[in-house]
Amino acid sequence: MNTGDLITHLGRVFPDTPDHLSELQARLAAAAERDSTLDIAYRTIDSPFGPLLLAATGRGLVRVAYATEGHDTVLQGLADRISPRILRAPARLDAAARELGEYFAGTRQAFDVPLDWSLAAGFRRTVLGRLPEIGYGHTASYSAVARLAGSPRASRAVGTACATNPLPVIVPCHRVIRADGAIGAYLGGPEVKRALLTLEAAA
Amino acid sequence: MRGKQPFEAVVAAHGSTVLRVCRAVLGPADADDAWSETFLSALRAYPDLPADANVEAWLVTIAHRKAIDVTRAAGRRALPVAEVPEAGAAPAADSGGLDSDLAGALGALPPKQKQAIAYHYLAGLAYADVAAIVGGSADAARRAAADGIARLRRGYAAVTTAEGGSR
Repeated sequence: MNTGDLITHLGRVFPDTPDHLSELQARLAAAAERDSTLDIAYRTIDSPFGPLLLAATGRGLVRVAYATEGHDTVLQGLADRISPRILRAPARLDAAARELGEYFAGTRQAFDVPLDWSLAAGFRRTVLGRLPEIGYGHTASYSAVARLAGSPRASRAVGTACATNPLPVIVPCHRVIRADGAIGAYLGGPEVKRALLTLEAAA
Repeated sequence: MRGKQPFEAVVAAHGSTVLRVCRAVLGPADADDAWSETFLSALRAYPDLPADANVEAWLVTIAHRKAIDVTRAAGRRALPVAEVPEAGAAPAADSGGLDSDLAGALGALPPKQKQAIAYHYLAGLAYADVAAIVGGSADAARRAAADGIARLRRGYAAVTTAEGGSR
């Protein structure tokens, strides 16, 4: 046997075992959580609108993302803006996943999980903070939200705040529609916005 | 600006290689602990890693230190050569036959040779990087790997002949 063959065999002596590696990954995520070195934990959940990415810091839920945003892109954004210490670690998202499941099933109208607002600052943060005041099953216009946020002429900025909402569904930017009743834009697509409003109207 | 990848991507890209290296250097029994310690330690230090660093070499460097810690913690007595009689009985869990004999033969090599082979051939590091990890010069690392490969070939040739050829 020549050296090349031997080296090929060496590579096979310790075969890749995906199941074993995912078990090690899970153990690592749990150890990192105990060790407080895990800055951002994430998982994906199934929703009626495709997979949703949920990410949380130690302070609370920091990001919810539809697949249309590209989950890898979103995670890279979190690495750039908050910390690259990011692991798939479902346990930290258990409560958020449960509440969202209940919401999509029509049995929950408001969310209790702690939120981390790191990704929203200034006027956008102010706007998003007022959105939970639009009750479940109700809608408000961009200009009404602008008034609510204390800047009656800033309805365009309200649109921007909604378009860059880091916590869609949880922070109900889908309840903000145009003054003429048109549905308006949405990060998950207008059809998802319409479906969420239909869900809330039915419950 | 695109900075460092999420650490999850580092685990996905290098987890398998680091596990192979840990198994080669420590044997299968202690490899999992060394792997976990390596990535936990890497996660802690990750934000301070220079953006242009060779991530694989960095991980293997940490794994090398953790392997030493694990070996010490396991209270390994005596010199590595003392393990020779047991080595054949320490196969990689999911491979049998020739590959398990090869794993045993690898386990029986002196540490420097085993490390040089693992870091160069399994992790794909250049000999300069291997030398930075194990100490000594790149040439010494190259010689250690060559000596180790020569020993494996001698042992392996005997096995393949006895079993009637290679697979």
